[in-house]
Amino acid sequence: MSPQGQRVVVIGNGMAGARVVDEICRRDPAARVTVFGTEERPAYNRILLSDVLAGQRRHDEIALTECPPNVVQRLGTSVVRIDRNARTVVGEDRSTTQYDALVLATGSTALVPPVHGIAGPDGLLLSGVHVFRTLDDCEAITAAAGRARTAVVVGGGLLGLEAARGLLRHGLRVEVVHGMDHLMEAQLDPTGGAVLRRAVEALGVTVHLGSFASAVTGGRRVTGVRLANGRHVDADLVVLACGIRPQVDLARAAGLSIGRAILVDDGLRTDDPHVFAIGECAQHRDQVYGLVAPAWEQAAVLADLLTGRPASYTGSKLVTRLKAMDLDVAAMGDTAPELADCGGGLEVLSFADPVRHVYKKLVVRDGVVTGAILLGDLSTVGEVTQAFDRATPLPEARLHLLFRGGGDTAPVDPAGLEDDATVCTCNGVRAGTIRATQLRTVAAVALATRATTGCGGCRGVVEGLLRGSAGAALQPVAGSAVGERRSA
Amino acid sequence: MQTRCPYCALQCAMTLTPAGAGAVVEAGDGGLCRKGWTSAALLDSPRRLTHPWVRDGRHGRLREATWDEALDRVADGFRRAQDSGGYDAVGVFGGGGLTNEKAYLLGKFARVALRSSSIDYNGRFCMSSATAGALRAFGLDRGMPFPLVDLDDAGCILLVGSNLAETMPPVMQRLVRQRENGGTLIVVDPRRTPTADAATLHLQVQPGTDLALANGLLFLAIELGHVDEAYIAARTTGWGDVRRAVSASWPAQVERATGVSEPDLRRAVQLLAAADRAMVLTARGAEQHAHGVDTVSAFVNLALALGLPGRPGAGWGCLTGQGNGQGGREHGQRADQLPGYRRLDDPAARAHVAAVWGIDPDDLPAPGRSAYELLEALGSGGGPRALLLMGSNPVVSAPRAAHVQSRLASLDLLVVADVVLSETAAMADVVLPVAQWAEEDGTTTDLQGRVLLRRRALDPPPGVRTDLHVLAGLAQRLGCTATFPVEPREVFDELRLASSGGPADYAGISYDRLAAGEALHWPCPLESSPGTPRLFLERFATPDGRARFVAVSQPPSAEPVDEDFPLLLTTGRVAAHYQSGAQTRRIDELSGDAPAAFVELHPFLAERLDVADGERVRVSTRRGEAFVRTRVSSDIRPDTVFVPFHWAGRQRANLLTSDALDPTSKMPAFKVCAARIDRLEEALR
Repeated sequence: MSPQGQRVVVIGNGMAGARVVDEICRRDPAARVTVFGTEERPAYNRILLSDVLAGQRRHDEIALTECPPNVVQRLGTSVVRIDRNARTVVGEDRSTTQYDALVLATGSTALVPPVHGIAGPDGLLLSGVHVFRTLDDCEAITAAAGRARTAVVVGGGLLGLEAARGLLRHGLRVEVVHGMDHLMEAQLDPTGGAVLRRAVEALGVTVHLGSFASAVTGGRRVTGVRLANGRHVDADLVVLACGIRPQVDLARAAGLSIGRAILVDDGLRTDDPHVFAIGECAQHRDQVYGLVAPAWEQAAVLADLLTGRPASYTGSKLVTRLKAMDLDVAAMGDTAPELADCGGGLEVLSFADPVRHVYKKLVVRDGVVTGAILLGDLSTVGEVTQAFDRATPLPEARLHLLFRGGGDTAPVDPAGLEDDATVCTCNGVRAGTIRATQLRTVAAVALATRATTGCGGCRGVVEGLLRGSAGAALQPVAGSAVGERRSA
Repeated sequence: MQTRCPYCALQCAMTLTPAGAGAVVEAGDGGLCRKGWTSAALLDSPRRLTHPWVRDGRHGRLREATWDEALDRVADGFRRAQDSGGYDAVGVFGGGGLTNEKAYLLGKFARVALRSSSIDYNGRFCMSSATAGALRAFGLDRGMPFPLVDLDDAGCILLVGSNLAETMPPVMQRLVRQRENGGTLIVVDPRRTPTADAATLHLQVQPGTDLALANGLLFLAIELGHVDEAYIAARTTGWGDVRRAVSASWPAQVERATGVSEPDLRRAVQLLAAADRAMVLTARGAEQHAHGVDTVSAFVNLALALGLPGRPGAGWGCLTGQGNGQGGREHGQRADQLPGYRRLDDPAARAHVAAVWGIDPDDLPAPGRSAYELLEALGSGGGPRALLLMGSNPVVSAPRAAHVQSRLASLDLLVVADVVLSETAAMADVVLPVAQWAEEDGTTTDLQGRVLLRRRALDPPPGVRTDLHVLAGLAQRLGCTATFPVEPREVFDELRLASSGGPADYAGISYDRLAAGEALHWPCPLESSPGTPRLFLERFATPDGRARFVAVSQPPSAEPVDEDFPLLLTTGRVAAHYQSGAQTRRIDELSGDAPAAFVELHPFLAERLDVADGERVRVSTRRGEAFVRTRVSSDIRPDTVFVPFHWAGRQRANLLTSDALDPTSKMPAFKVCAARIDRLEEALR
């Protein structure tokens, strides 16, 4: 297969599909690419949907980079069939499009739990019940929130909590119903989940744990959710955030191998060498990723391969972030290995301050970070994320990854300075030299020694030395750390 | 005699009083750093050159020669090279430390006396990314489009990749005043430098990821509602593309790339947005990358979105480094440029300058190779066989220095005009001893675009000539009939004509006005014009008068770390030295305080590598190895090591640096590459 000039067809214009189109065109501006999207809209950033729901961004502010001009966009057009023998895809408009390489980026759909009353005989959701997946969903929820007073979010994972936060911003009373024993159980350990629950409740959200929704109640419109324990929670708006299901119908109909999603190898190839899959519809080394970062990493690798560059995808490291008002959570890797394994080489460091809604945990295996939770205080998240991402060998010290160091320059007491301590780093003037002048004014010292004539940051210390006391110079000194050796 | 410091682009005022064979320095009101205070030591130094040297045969030794012999040798060599290889077979390499007069006349010499397109200068290694970024946003490049005094009242300054507390210390006095006035300072640097120490907030970014940081700040500025929509609508174009592009830069993405945590990103945006007048200033740390121009654009985008450029007291600016880094990039020593910041490929510009020079526009050569491309082509198939080098020391200062050194060694004729026997001069076939700043008049243009007069305070020693004399002597020997004045004032008057009507218009600036103490910022088209301290107040210099947003995204690293080279190497400066150190290493007070290069590394890294503070180690990259002592400091990121580049021989940082070039500016990636450190016993095993 000649990489240059080949016809690439991408099915799906979401985070993965739009990204691979962009990546291909960056590498080869003359690439021949056609992209099919079910939604009429140009590609947008799904990460920001919860900001839109929260009213922090307008829906037209989350568009992704515009599609390059040479790309044929078939928006609002679903692909109904793949003909692998003819190497064509057939659109719902009966059009056929030839491909040399086909990229399946069909993503996933929101999972609707099989709960009594949730949908009518026509299969449509009961009025007032919404999934939270697309911009259309987002707009429907926003519109419904304007008419509603109480809301139930079914699902206490990442998306459910972000939905809850968005609904709070609309002034609704919000309750979260979660079937598991703690929130965000896919990312957090039980302690982290418990601290998170306190934080969420402090925002005014009621949380029901270990409670499955057994029925959605209401006739023409939803009136609430009945829990498995029999309790009824009133609501005039229900948002389902129960997870996602990879969209594999097209691939299955085309006879491609499917596990939990479309099976791909390290070249992101399905069992047909002309057909690739990336993003939430792909299963690689037994992993199906539901986050954007892995989809984008896959898109970059696939773009390399489709433009004739050597590349291979070996899996992604997962960093999950929840952003909900004052509530910040970062979780990465395996955050609860101690529950399964106490083997050698495993270290678990943790700190909990539930009252202040802070929890930090670092999982270290054989000297590298393999998992972490930062909740409520993300001041070290940059360092932790990079250490996790790169498997950087850690020093003996660990605490700097959980707590930020002092940072500020220590106050300087000029009276206590040794004679050989450098006071003026710009001019290399030492305390003893200044004392030896026995002068009384900064100006005179400047003339005699040049001290203070560079950046001027040592003026306070020189004044202090002249007074022979600490006095007013007891403050951080701009531009010079007195007494400390500097790179000059 | 009132004059100006010979070193950085701050061009501090100083008074020189002749004493014996040298002079005594006094600081002006703005103060001086140590380099300025000690600058006179080189005037009567036994280490300076006082007669020409020539080398007989490729492997001969340099021997003393007369000026006539040396200049004849150069002219003969240039003729021979051009006879066999055409006009472009003689190259010219200039410097950002040369005065406006020298930069102008060097460009004229290349285009008129040599008719060669092979000219560029070391400013490519300094300012070129900022230049290209400013041009595409504003249509004009003047490093700071506002005067320095505006710093005092800035509500917030975002300083990216500058350690000015060590590189231009007197400007810190302004930042101290700014803080006293209630302003805040954000410093972006992989090291906690003295500048970062003085900041309200330090963002300790991974080298080479400043672009991701800028996009991340803009993402949050949008989220937090700090975008100035009215300004964007009235004064800019291209916002939609940029807004879409940065929607991919949400905090978690930015943290992974930069290592800067979201709370710090948010704080930075809040500090910028809370300020009445905010400034974004970039410097080499952001610019010296293979994506340096895009990085500049990312910070310009941030400034534009916040509505800063073209507002009094606010804006985006670049901190020019070299003494005449501003003027040096305006008057024709760049490969693609004619005086007055005109473009060599613009027919109207060619016609104007050709008329001033009294030649046919068609005789002007086309644009030539950029600095590194020129150095790399030396002595090879299509490249120059002979080179005149003035005001630069590329053996120390160019990237991938060993390779550059081998290219220089392959020349038939290398001619170096310098004050001292620099490492590059030591390789030359002809060395021409030239006068220093205090021994000749000349103008420089400082980092704020203000033209300054340096006055001659004393005579050059016997045997030493000025650069202008060298060019005039060579032009005459080459049979060129165009004028090559040796009086700086005459050259400047010609430059005024040549620049007249160009973007950097000096026509209204005269030695008399400067000597009278007028503060003149270009453009200054008429003798009656007061100059332009603040640009863009009404309109930008683009065809439609609007500033242009440019959508950019962080590219993958040009040289990712791997198992063999697991560390990030960044290079930079120390307070005691200037550039390649050719001058400052020869001043005892400075070299005594900072005698050698070093590698700064974090205690965590030292622990992992099992190296002690002060131990000699080998630092290596895919291009070479350097041997330096360690300096263990918690001021640097644990994944990054820092080597200052002022030293020669086996301590040269530029033996290590990468020659990956920015596609637009041709700036080499000095500020990041993959490296390793080995203990000597293991390195030698």
